[in-house]
Amino acid sequence: MGINYIVPEYRVVRDPDRCIGCRVCERQCANEVHSFVPQTGKMAADDAKCVNCHRCVSLCPTGALRIVKNEDTFKINANWSNKLMQEIYRQADSGGVLLSSMGNPEPYPIYFDKILLNASQVTNPSIDPLREPMETRTFLGAKTKKIQRDKDGKIIPNASPYLELKTPIMFSAMSYGSISYNAHESLARAATELGIYYNTGEGGLHDDFYQYGANTIVQVASGRFGVHADYLDTAAAIEIKMGQGAKPGIGGHLPGTKIVGDISRTRMIPEGSDAISPAPHHDIYSIEDLRQLVFSLKEATNYQKPVIVKIAAVHNVAAIASGIARSGADIIAIDGYRGGTGAAPTRIRDNVGIPIELALAAVDQRLRDEGIRDNVSIVVGGSCRCSTDVFKAIALGADACYIGTAALLALGCHLCRSCHAGKCNWGIATQRPDLVKRLNPDIGYKRLVNLVEAWTHEIKEMMGGMGINSIESLRGNRLMLRGVGLNEKELEILGIKHAGE
Amino acid sequence: MLKEGQVRIPSGCAISGMFSKAGKCFNGEAIIKSIEIMHDRSNGLGGGFAAYGIYPEYKDYYAFHVFYDNTAVKKECEEFLHRHFDIVLDSEIPTRKIPQITDEPIIWRYFVTPLPAKLKNSHLDEKEYVVRCVFKVNTRFSGAYVFSSGKDMGVFKAVGYPEDVGRFYRLEEYNGYCFTAHGRYPTNTPGWWGGAHPFALLDYSVVHNGEISSYDANRRSIEMYGYKCTLQTDTEVIAYIVDYLNRKMGLSFQEIASVIAAPFWQTINKMPPDQKARAEYLRNIFGSFLVTGPFSILVGFEGGMMALNDRLKLRSMVCGEKDDMIYIASEESAIRIIEPELEKVWSPAGGVPVVVTLNGGNA
Amino acid sequence: MKRVYVNEKWCLGCHLCEYNCAFAQTGEPDMARALKDKTIHPNIRVEDGDDVHFAVNCRHCDEALCVKSCITGALSKTADGVVTIDQDKCVHCFTCVLTCPYGCILPTEDGAVTKCELCLKTTKGKPACVAGCPNNAIVFEER
Repeated sequence: MGINYIVPEYRVVRDPDRCIGCRVCERQCANEVHSFVPQTGKMAADDAKCVNCHRCVSLCPTGALRIVKNEDTFKINANWSNKLMQEIYRQADSGGVLLSSMGNPEPYPIYFDKILLNASQVTNPSIDPLREPMETRTFLGAKTKKIQRDKDGKIIPNASPYLELKTPIMFSAMSYGSISYNAHESLARAATELGIYYNTGEGGLHDDFYQYGANTIVQVASGRFGVHADYLDTAAAIEIKMGQGAKPGIGGHLPGTKIVGDISRTRMIPEGSDAISPAPHHDIYSIEDLRQLVFSLKEATNYQKPVIVKIAAVHNVAAIASGIARSGADIIAIDGYRGGTGAAPTRIRDNVGIPIELALAAVDQRLRDEGIRDNVSIVVGGSCRCSTDVFKAIALGADACYIGTAALLALGCHLCRSCHAGKCNWGIATQRPDLVKRLNPDIGYKRLVNLVEAWTHEIKEMMGGMGINSIESLRGNRLMLRGVGLNEKELEILGIKHAGE
Repeated sequence: MLKEGQVRIPSGCAISGMFSKAGKCFNGEAIIKSIEIMHDRSNGLGGGFAAYGIYPEYKDYYAFHVFYDNTAVKKECEEFLHRHFDIVLDSEIPTRKIPQITDEPIIWRYFVTPLPAKLKNSHLDEKEYVVRCVFKVNTRFSGAYVFSSGKDMGVFKAVGYPEDVGRFYRLEEYNGYCFTAHGRYPTNTPGWWGGAHPFALLDYSVVHNGEISSYDANRRSIEMYGYKCTLQTDTEVIAYIVDYLNRKMGLSFQEIASVIAAPFWQTINKMPPDQKARAEYLRNIFGSFLVTGPFSILVGFEGGMMALNDRLKLRSMVCGEKDDMIYIASEESAIRIIEPELEKVWSPAGGVPVVVTLNGGNA
Repeated sequence: MKRVYVNEKWCLGCHLCEYNCAFAQTGEPDMARALKDKTIHPNIRVEDGDDVHFAVNCRHCDEALCVKSCITGALSKTADGVVTIDQDKCVHCFTCVLTCPYGCILPTEDGAVTKCELCLKTTKGKPACVAGCPNNAIVFEER
């Protein structure tokens, strides 16, 4: 190709007064941006290769590096942005579908940021979490209300199978394959220490991680990769993945080049074969088929484990959720359009689905209107970015939240959104052994534990401020929320009042 | 006994209750006296009483106490009642005109029993049938409000100070084995006769002091089970939860207390395995009925009364005992004024219910 | 005694330890100023294979050959077992350089040898290579 149409998105700026030529940047960049020029004795950078993952910036011992937005621009055009033009050049060059990773980064409204929380004043005392118990223990599962008593009249605890969480946060599904062994180990160990759950995604469960089964949710997705009896038996819960927020209606594709060694074994497919998860489950073409799969899995595990059905937040999510709540599922997981992914067609990721806040509000209200909210617990993800997002989600009606991107950030991810390239410099979204080892699970799991504990502290502070000392009193407590800058329709869907009302 | 220093800051409400375990009947004078001494805990925007055992001659009939804004809606509502119930007696509730109580609505009383054919066709049990009819009146007829619907019991309430309300309703003319009273200091609803306390459904009545922080979580959950929180008061939602858990789920009042004011996990963790499993079960299954935020409540029911504080005891509540009488009030003074010689006085711990029943019956 | 150990499994071969070591020796507050345009003489060095990286520094051997071979007593063991160097006593004979089986003693530009002294004499308090390792590959612990 004689003409280079592509303008680098970022520029590597090196402070010549601070660079000591240690070459750590060069050694740590899997994209080979940095190089040492023997003739000048100085470092050089190829901006075109930079994905702005910040690995070099983070490791530069003298703080000599900065990555800045490239000022170079095409002629300013409000309709044709630089980004769109470049995408056209790229597609004209390759003839292919544009690929992206992680969640939708486009400037759509973020409803969490337009919701404010309440606090107690005068009539109702706030509660100090440092002095009084502040409870975040959460149960996920059907709340079947059928009191049975033994001959002495004592209640027989006959609850449906459930998950018990010390705090209403879980790590969302990320497969071994899409993320590394070390990332999985970090998640598994953190979930175990935190008393919560992580989720295998559709990649099977590595032999080494069966020991964390009590804190593992195993996924059964459309490709059925890695599903076998032990896999189901080991887990605390089974998740049927119907959809993913980043790519609703789309399957998955892990190229054969990545299906090597342990990944091939864990997925139970031959080395080198493409792992293609079909867009739909080919045994589920309607809701009654879903019911059969739910009960197949329950039958297979002797009705001992809750079954989660995960769906992407799409336009008629409330009606779909209503169907699922009557399908025998114990938990519905809803993934918003901001949810992350290891690879998705850009156009799908950026244009399909709806915000999780609206989806959650609609689903919770719909299930209550139909009197079936207690049939299921609701878990939401995509994206809960901080403790207040989790808090607001619970007040809107969620039982717990899934965090994926936030967990990866704790492990070092800088959201360069290049997972699909497989060259993650942070050792997360890669299978290259030299890169995978960059994530030491001893460090990783502790950072995850710290993150979730920090959020839990914040959640407790906010609960205490409202005079609530147990998380179940926050769940669906929409009076504790007020909208700012939202229109009537948005407020109606969210089921909240405007600030000042 | 007031721990939160509310003595000098007149905020919150006052509650008081008295109960004869032997079922001895006494008139309403004592309860008026008791609530009157806590005058500063009310602001004149609502007061009321629930009295049990007051209609022995009609004890098999549901006693409906109804507020009407005008005769037109009364006529409309009565047509509805006639379609669903056999009304054995209806009359105006006797009142005494006093200057402190003004703007009274039409206050009517009906002793009713469901029409057998209607009841059969509804496929509901009798109590559920009555509840649905009450909800229908309260939501469908603007200007009509059934504020008491139990058997052998009645609620008397109004806008005003509670002692005036008691005199207005001539409470000294009623004899019962249990009275509860409420003086209101509303902060989150405007004063309205129907909004005064007690709040009652069937023979459950609730008086409550506090402002619960779990309100909307509780409301949205209980509404799933056919209840409509038209008043938007804490008391209403607590009454519905009690009705649901006792009448529909068959939980005992002790069990209800461990749902509404559930033991902390740190307490549950120390319980023996059996008890722990049951406590955990109740918290798991009925978690959305946990009530947080400050409250002290008195729940009256047929043959019994329960007093309960929130789990942190953020509202004062004192109990006293003398012979077969149990007294429970926001302040000890409200007990001493009617029974200075108590055998026992205590302040129940947060989340620990005091349940009393007639002749030691089950609750 | 607590020693600096390197877990090969986690060593990325980034060589930051070498720079942190060299920086610690300078006592300067700013690494850029301390090391800019200087040739560094770190007491920890990363050996790189194709896919293998391993930082090596003084083992502080119980039977330290360097101490035994030192002709002037410049090398000695502290009561805690740390092998230290008194550069004023060093006569640049390099016997220690030749005897060290790990290659962990090297001459400096002014001739005296240098070696890892677990940052006893630097301002860092704990070994700088350990503190600066981005992957916990280098640890300071009792084994």
